[in-house]
Order: sequence, then C-alpha cells, then structure tokens
Amino acid sequence: MLGEFLQYLFSGLTSGAIYALVGLGFALIYNASHVINFAQGEFVMLGGMGTVFIAAAGVPLPLAGLLAVLLATVVGFALEKLAVEQTRNASVVTLIIITIGASIFVRGGAQVAFDKQFHTLPSFSGDTPINILGATITPQSLWVLGITVVIVLLLQYFFTRTLLGKAILATSHNPMAARLVGINVNAILLMSFGLSAALGAVAGILITPITSTNYEVGIMLGLKGFCAAILGGLGSGFGAIAGGVILGVAEALGAGYISSEYKDVIAFVIILAALFFMPSGLFGKRGTDRV
Amino acid sequence: MRSVLSSRWAGLLLLAVVIALLPLGLKNNFQFDIAVRIGFNAIVVIGLNLLIGYAGQISLGHAGFLGLAAYFSAITVTRYGWPPLVSLLAAATLVGLLAFIIARPVLRLKGHYLAMATLGLGIIISIVLNQEAGLTGGPDGMAVDPFTIGAFKLVKAREWYWLVGALLWLAVWLSLNLIDSPVGRALRAVHGSEVAAEVVGVDTTRYKVMVFVLSAVFASVVGSLQAHYVSFISPQQAGFFQSVEWVIMVVLGGMASTYGAVIGAVILTALPQVLTALEDYEHMIFGLIMMLVMILLPKGIVPSAGALLRRVSSKAEGGK
Repeated sequence: MLGEFLQYLFSGLTSGAIYALVGLGFALIYNASHVINFAQGEFVMLGGMGTVFIAAAGVPLPLAGLLAVLLATVVGFALEKLAVEQTRNASVVTLIIITIGASIFVRGGAQVAFDKQFHTLPSFSGDTPINILGATITPQSLWVLGITVVIVLLLQYFFTRTLLGKAILATSHNPMAARLVGINVNAILLMSFGLSAALGAVAGILITPITSTNYEVGIMLGLKGFCAAILGGLGSGFGAIAGGVILGVAEALGAGYISSEYKDVIAFVIILAALFFMPSGLFGKRGTDRV
Repeated sequence: MRSVLSSRWAGLLLLAVVIALLPLGLKNNFQFDIAVRIGFNAIVVIGLNLLIGYAGQISLGHAGFLGLAAYFSAITVTRYGWPPLVSLLAAATLVGLLAFIIARPVLRLKGHYLAMATLGLGIIISIVLNQEAGLTGGPDGMAVDPFTIGAFKLVKAREWYWLVGALLWLAVWLSLNLIDSPVGRALRAVHGSEVAAEVVGVDTTRYKVMVFVLSAVFASVVGSLQAHYVSFISPQQAGFFQSVEWVIMVVLGGMASTYGAVIGAVILTALPQVLTALEDYEHMIFGLIMMLVMILLPKGIVPSAGALLRRVSSKAEGGK
C-alpha cells in the first residue's frame, strides 16, 4: 500500500521537477517581457535531441550536453533578438502567434537537421534501482530531482544576491523605471530568453534517459510547463516550481489510482478547476484593470 | 450612416459575385475541394473573429467544439440513422448549451489565463475523443455517411461548393449585422475597456457569453458538415493545432475585420497546399512566414492594407 503510493509519488516528483523547470522558463520570460513563449517546449526538445546527435558525432556525453544547452541558448537569443524585440507594442495575441510560429519553425528545423525517430540517452549513473520502503527509485530520478534543486538554489542566489539578477527583477517590476536607473532593458530581455532556453534544455537532457525524446516531444512538455506556470500564478518563480510539482504528483497519482489513459487529461482538469476558483493561479498577484 | 449601409451592401454584393463566379476559374475536383475547405474555415474564423477581434477574448479551444459536433453527427447519422440535418441542429444546440454553461466561469478569466483555460478545454475534449475508442473509433477515426436532405444527396465537391458558399455569405451577413447593431457597439466597448464598459451600464458578461456561444455554434455547424463532406473524422480535427490555426487566421487577416477573417482563411488554407512542394522544409517555411507576417504586419493584412490605402490617398490629396 505504502510502497505503491511512494512509487507513484517518486515518479510524480520526477516529472514534476521537469515541469517546474519548464514552468520556470515561462515565468522568467513572462516577467521580463510579458510574453508567453509557446516555443519553450522546443528548448526542451533541443536539449535532448541536441545531446543525442552531438554525442553521436563522437563528442563525449557531458560535453555534448553542454553544447546542446549552448545551442538552445543561442536559439533563445535569436528568438528574442530577431522576433520578439522587433515587435514593440504588439498585442498579446500577436506575440502568442509569433512564438507559436517560432516553435513550428524550430520543430521543422529539428525534423530536417536531426530526424523523426525516437532517441534516448544512457542514464547518468547506471540503472540499478534503489529500494526505499517497498518502492524503487531509479538513479536518474535522483539526478533529475537533485539537479532541479541545485538550479532552483542557484537561481535564488542569482536573483537576490547578484546585480544582474536584481536588474532582471527590477525590469520585470517596472521596465520604464529600470531604464531610468540605467539598466539596459534590451540586454535584460535577451538574458531572460537565453536563461530560460538553457533551463529548458537542461530539463530536456535530464528527462531523455527516462522518457526518450524526438522532435515533437516539446509540444506536450511545453504545454505542461505552461500549466505549471499558470497554476502557480504567472510570473511567480516559486509558483511555477510549486505548480510543476503539484501537477507532476497529481498526474502520477491519477494515472496510478484512476486511469493511466487519462494521465494527460488530469493536468488540464486540475488547471481548469484551479482557475475557476482562483482566477490568478495559486500564488499570482491579483491584477486590477487600468481604465 | 447611409455610407456605412451602402458600403456594407457593396461588400456583400462583391462577396456574392466572387462566390458565384469563382467556379468558372476552378478547373478540377482538387481546386473545388480547397475552395470548400476555405469556406469551412472561413465560417469558423468569422465566428472566432467576433470573439477575439470584437469582444477581445481569446480562445485556443474552439476545435473542441468542432470535434464534438463532428462526432455527434457522425455517430447519430452513421450508427443510428438520424437524418443529417436533424443531427446537425441537435449538435449545434448541444454545443451551444455546453458553451453557455462553461462561458461564465471561463470568461471570468483574462489574458493568458483565459488562453490556458480554453486550451485546456480543447485538449480535454480531444483526449476524450482519442480514448473512448468504443464510441469514437479512437485515434483511427471513423467513417461518416454522406449528407442527405430528403432524397437529395451531397457528394461531390462541386455540389458542396454551393452549400458552403451560401453559408459563408450568410455568416458574413450575420457578422456584419451584429457588428453594426447595439450588440456590436457593446462588444467594442468591452474590448476597449471592460471596466469602462461596465461603468456606462453595459452588461459585459452577457455580451461576452453571447458571442462565445455564437462562435461555438458556428464551429459546431461546420464540424457537422465537414464530417459528412470529408466522410471521415479523427480526433486530430479537434486538436490544439486546429484551434491555433484558426486564431492565426483571425490575426493574419486582421482582427475586428470580417473580410479579414475570410482572407486569413483563404491564405492559411491555401498556403500549406503550396508549401507541400517543399517537402521536408514545409514546416520551417510555414513557421517562418507566420513570424514574418506578424512582425511586419502586427495588425493583420486587411487593416494594414486599409491604412496603406488611406495614407496613399491622403498623400494624393495633399499633393493637389
């Protein structure tokens, strides 16, 4: 009984950590630019697929991972510089469509540059499962959880202790005021896109040994990350992490106890239920309209 | 006022002429097929434009409504032998009712939260259609009987063309009328500022719900007809990408422009047919075109073209 529950919990926490990383990417970009980046899932795909193909070219695995993160970051930079920055004062819908266009472009590019097959990576440290109270957890799951915690701590440090992090926060609160005190707002925007692309790519590398990857893997992961960010309340970093973990665990428990066919529905049912009662997410600021 | 009226009728007349004369230029079944698909998309997009362009409420889930109606028609007609027209009307009623029930809690949400909620609804519907294989045939889809009214049977794209053309004209007429009515003014007020509209006494919720239901019914009617026309349905038609594609048509043509909606539907239905020649590069180029158009013409094609015309004409007048 307990073993079964723990088993579901472990798998939920693992996917929850991934959703949290993707959700954090959404939150970062939203904070800096008020853009919902529907191409966020493609960064996850680029991380996984990039590592697979760079490693296949003979590069050692850790280096291949690093290069894939770099590749995603460059794509993130390009998206900001070439598309988002060119559209000053565009409406929300226009920006959504631009990022959807970008995701179709990146996906199409991946299909040409890589291929349409499923690929996987070896686990980082073997596949011998570890027994905990009647449940088992794979070393890869521990890697996912561990690295996610490290990333969250690093981001926490970055945003509260470094000048650059504080500049990003300031820009998200009030771009005009930030500009007035000498912050280069365009550079900050570029940074946020690069950073969230890197986050997504890391998530993509971490999850590939568990779920495998292909050029379309970013669609669902991106949507789930969006769910996480919305559930937590848009723009709240803590909210995105909490939202991701809640979604992951609820999904795993729902799949285990209710119906595995409807696993993907659970996330969306939760998000609808949450939004009906809390229209600004769990930790979001309640906004008021200016007339 | 008279000029508004006359320009409205001039537009409708022009549309009628285009629909009537277009078949002269269509050479084969394939081209008629594309024209019919354009018509279907245009009708949905006209409804969606009322919601997005006029009421300012985004929906990323309208394919769910189309899917529900398509499956309702397919199942009742093919399995239970209902007359297709009865199924179509029943589906439209049910979808309208469903939209009415969910409209209030959903439309309370704003911006990205609304996008998420409608997206979620659409995805839930498409996953249910995928999973309930006993009823829907699951991912393999199901075959659908042809559309009949009494002894009259619609099969060929040529025959469908006239039905869809007539419905398209009707949809444009309805949409233009609605926009020029007090309802249309109330909607524009909601789009401008919901709070301000409420302050001057507009029951914003009522109007938003009304347009949401109307646009869902448009999608439902098209869903039923399309199921018969293609004679096959699969959950893909109810998927996220279909919803997104319609929103793109609205924005590409130009928000708050009924003819823009039609033009958006024409371009985005025809474009993939042209791009298939590029094979592997099809998706890349499609994404690229989407981004470029939105960056260069953020307001959409029809309003941007209108602004250009005005600028040219005012320059010409200034030169006199």
